[in-house]
Amino acid sequence: MAKVKVEFQDIALAFGSTAVLRNISLAIEPGEFFALLGPSGSGKSTLLRVLAGFAQAKAGRVLVDGKDLADVPPWKRDIGMVFQNYALWPHMTVHDNVAFGLEERRLPRSEVRRKVAAALELVGLADLGARRPSQLSGGQQQRVALARTIAIEPKVLLLDEPLSNLDAKLRVHMRAELLALQRKLGVTTIFVTHDQEEALSISDRVAVLDAGIIQQVGTPIELFDHPANPFIANFVGTINLISGTLKAGPDAMQFESEALGSIALGSMPATAPGKAQIAFRPHVVTLADAAAPAGAGLIWIEGRIAAREFLGEFIRYTVKAGKAEIVADQAHYTGARSYTPGEAVRLGIQPQQIRVLAR
Amino acid sequence: MSRRFTLPQAALALVIALFLLVFLVVPVATVVFVAFTNSDGSLTLAHFRSFFQLTLMRESFYNSLYVGAMSMLASSILALPLAYFTARFQFRGALAIQTLGVLPLIMPPFVGATAMQLLFGRSGSLNLVLGDWFDLNLPIMEGLNAVVFIEALHYFPFILLNLTVALNNIDSAMEESAQNLGASGARLFRRIVFPLALPGYMAGAALVFLKVFDDVATPLVLNVTNILAAQAYFRISSIGIDDPIGYVASVIMVIASMAALWGSTWVMRGRDYATLQRGGSSLATRKLGPWQALLAYGWIALVLLLVLSPHIGLVLLSFSKMWSFTVIPETYTLANYAAVFRDSPFMLWNSLVYCGIAAGLDVLIGTAIAYLMLRTRLPGRQLLDMVASAAVAIPGLVLGIGYLRTFRGFDLPFTELPFVSFWLIIAFAFTVRRLPYALRSCVASLQQVHLSMEEAAENLGASNRRTVFRIVVPLMAGGIVAGFVTSFLTAAVEISATLMLVSATSDAPASYGIYLYMQSIVGRGPGAALGVITVLLVGVGTYASHRIMRARSMRFETLQALK
Repeated sequence: MAKVKVEFQDIALAFGSTAVLRNISLAIEPGEFFALLGPSGSGKSTLLRVLAGFAQAKAGRVLVDGKDLADVPPWKRDIGMVFQNYALWPHMTVHDNVAFGLEERRLPRSEVRRKVAAALELVGLADLGARRPSQLSGGQQQRVALARTIAIEPKVLLLDEPLSNLDAKLRVHMRAELLALQRKLGVTTIFVTHDQEEALSISDRVAVLDAGIIQQVGTPIELFDHPANPFIANFVGTINLISGTLKAGPDAMQFESEALGSIALGSMPATAPGKAQIAFRPHVVTLADAAAPAGAGLIWIEGRIAAREFLGEFIRYTVKAGKAEIVADQAHYTGARSYTPGEAVRLGIQPQQIRVLAR
Repeated sequence: MSRRFTLPQAALALVIALFLLVFLVVPVATVVFVAFTNSDGSLTLAHFRSFFQLTLMRESFYNSLYVGAMSMLASSILALPLAYFTARFQFRGALAIQTLGVLPLIMPPFVGATAMQLLFGRSGSLNLVLGDWFDLNLPIMEGLNAVVFIEALHYFPFILLNLTVALNNIDSAMEESAQNLGASGARLFRRIVFPLALPGYMAGAALVFLKVFDDVATPLVLNVTNILAAQAYFRISSIGIDDPIGYVASVIMVIASMAALWGSTWVMRGRDYATLQRGGSSLATRKLGPWQALLAYGWIALVLLLVLSPHIGLVLLSFSKMWSFTVIPETYTLANYAAVFRDSPFMLWNSLVYCGIAAGLDVLIGTAIAYLMLRTRLPGRQLLDMVASAAVAIPGLVLGIGYLRTFRGFDLPFTELPFVSFWLIIAFAFTVRRLPYALRSCVASLQQVHLSMEEAAENLGASNRRTVFRIVVPLMAGGIVAGFVTSFLTAAVEISATLMLVSATSDAPASYGIYLYMQSIVGRGPGAALGVITVLLVGVGTYASHRIMRARSMRFETLQALK
C-alpha cells in the first residue's frame, strides 16, 4: 500500500455563527500514526469529518497525496473511517458488513470473498462472519468496524474515538492492537481522542486542539516536556502552574509571585522578563521533612500537607505553600516514608524541570 | 451531509408536492372557497348566515358537537380504568386488554350498528330479557345516544392505547419521589401520574373526537340524520354539487376537527412529556387485593362483553334467516354467505386493489418525505411534512366533496369518462386520508437510524442513491411495513370518502357494499356476512403483521440498546 501524506491548509468552518475550526493548517506524514487530541467541542471530530467529506469547510484546502479533495464526494475519497459508535448495519451479517465497500467497488465475487476473509482474519474474527452485529460483544463489534474499513484498503485510515465505547481493560489492550495493525498495514492513520493517555501512548505525533485552534503539534514527549502554553500544560498530564512576574536578578532570573514570594530560578530560562507562569510536574517535586537539611541544587519551598490521595504507584500530596497549593507525587513502595495532612514539609524542585510560560 | 440537496431529491419533492396539491390542498381549498363565495365569485358570509338560519342545520351542528364530546367522555370512562389497571397492577388480564385494544378497531362502527340495534335496541335482545324479568326497558339505542354508545365502544382504544404507552413511559423515580415526599393512593395518581400521562390521553381523546365527527355511515345506519356529516352528505348527494349549505357544513367540520387537534396540543403547551430516562424503570406494579381484583376483572369482563357484542351480533345476523323480536335468531342459514359470494366478491377485490395502491403510495411518499425532511436541507421540506400531516384533520366526507367539485368537468385523458367517476380517485382519497399515519411511522423509523449508518456506507464507497437503497430503506423496513399495514387495514374499513366518491356499484369497495346492504331490511343478512368476511380478513392481516413485526424487531433490539 502506497503511503500518502495528508495536508490541511487554512481550514475554517462554522456552524451558523459558531466558529468550529479556525484556520487549521496541519501536515500528516506518510505512514504516520497521528492523534488529534482535545476536549469535547474542540473541533477535532469535525476536522476528521472534513477529511472524510461529511463536513464542508468554509475556507481552506484538504490535500491527500497532493491532490485537492474539494470536489470529491465522500464515496469517492478512499478514506476509510471507523465511527465512534461503529455504525455496523444491523440488517447485515458481519460478512456482509465487511463486504459492502468491496461490492460498491464492483470487485468480482471471488475477490470480495477473499478480501473479506483476509480482513476478518486480520482482526481475529475469521469464524464470526455469519453472525449479526447484535450477537457480538463491544470489542468484537469494534473489530468488525475496523475490518470493514481496512478491507477497502483506504489511502488514509480515520478513527473517531475508536476506544471510547470499550471498558478500561479492553481499551488498553485494543490500543496496542490498533498500533500493531497500523504498523503492519503502514497506512497513514489519524485518530481522534479526548483521552490524553491514549493519544500519548500510541501516536507518533499529536496535535492538540482547543476552541477550533491547534495549540501545539509534536511528539508525545515534546508535548509533555515542553508545553507551548498553559492550556497544553494543563491538558497533557497534571501540572503545577503558578502566575507571577519574571525579573532579572543579580546572578539569576527571579520569579516573583503572590503565591510563593520570590524564588531564584537559576540561569536557565531564556524568557524575557515580564508577566509569566512557571510550570512543573508533580513527580519532579521532592518532599522532605521540614527539619531536614536543604540539599544543594534544588529550589526549596516551605509548606504544609493539606491532603493526600493514595494512587498505588505513588501518593499524590496537595501541599499548601504560601498562598499556593502545589501537587507533589511521591513514589510509593513498601516502607516508603509517607506524610500526614497537617505535617510541615519542604518541597524541593529541580530548576531545570521548571518551564516558564509567557502569559 | 455536505450539500443541501441533490437534483433528484428536488425532483422527488416536487412530484410529492404536486400530488398533495392536486389531491389534498386544492380540493379542500375549493370547499372552503365555495362556502365563502357567491356564484359570481365575490366573497360572502351569506351562506353561513343561511346555514345557521335553518333550524335543522343549527340542530345538526349542536348534535354533532354533542355526539363528539359525549363519545370522548364515554370512551374515557371505558378506557381510563383499563389503562390504570395495566400500568399499576400485576395482572393476568394483559392479553384481554390487548385484545380489547384491537378488536373494535378492525371493525368500523357502522358495520356493527345494525347488529347492536338488534342486541340493545328497544326490542333488542337485552331489553327483551329485561322486560321479561323486570319489566324494564333501557333506552340505550335511542337517537343520539345510540351513536354515542356505538362510537365510544369502537374508538375508546385510541385513548386506551395512547394512555397506556404514556403511563408506561413514566419513570418510576417520578412516582417514588412523590411517595418519598408523602403522597400516596388517589392523590398520587391525580397529582403526579395522570398529569404526566396527560399528553397520551389528550392525543387519544382528540383522535376519538375526529373519528366521531367524521363518521357519516354510523348515524345513517342508525337512522340519525340530524348531524352535520349526514347533512353535508345529503345536501351534496341529493340537492346537488352546487348547494352552498353542504360546503358550509364541510367547512364547519374541518374547523371542528382542527380545533380538536389544536386544542389537545394547546392544553399541553409548555408542558414536558414524561419520557423514560435511559436506565430508568417504568412505574412499579403492585399485587391486586381481593376487592381490587374483583373490581378489575369485573370491569374488564364487562368491557370485553360490550366490545364483543357488535362482533357477536354481526356473526349471529350473518347466519340468521330472520331476526326480530327474539333474543337470538330463531332460524339459521348459510344463504347470506352464498349471496355475498355470488354477488359481491368483486367488492373484496376492489378493496384489495384500492387499499394496496393507497398503502403502497403512502409508504413511498412517507419514506420520501421522512428522508427529505431528516436527511436533506431542501427548502420547504418541513412544509411537505406539515401538509401531508394536516390530512388528519380533513374529514373523509369533505375530501370527497372537494374531489367532486374540483375535478368536475375534467375527463380522463383519451376518454370521455369524467375523472371523478374513475375508480383510481377512490384509491387516491384513501392515500391522502391514511398518509399521516404512514408518514409518522416512516419518520419515527428513520429517526432511529443513526446518521453514522449512512455516513459509513458513503465512506466505504456507496453513492447517495446506493446508500438509500442498501442502508436507509432496509433499516427503515420495520416502520415502512408497519406504515403499509396500518394504511392498508384502516383504508379497508374507510367509508366517509367512499360514500361520496363511488359512482358505480362495480367500483365499490367492500365497506361500501356493507353500507349498501345495511340500507334495507332484507340486505342485513348478506351485509352482515360481508362484514364478517371483511373483519376476518382485516383481523387476520393485523395479527399476521404483528407477528412479522415482532420477529423483526427482536433481531435489532440488542444493537439498538447499545446506542
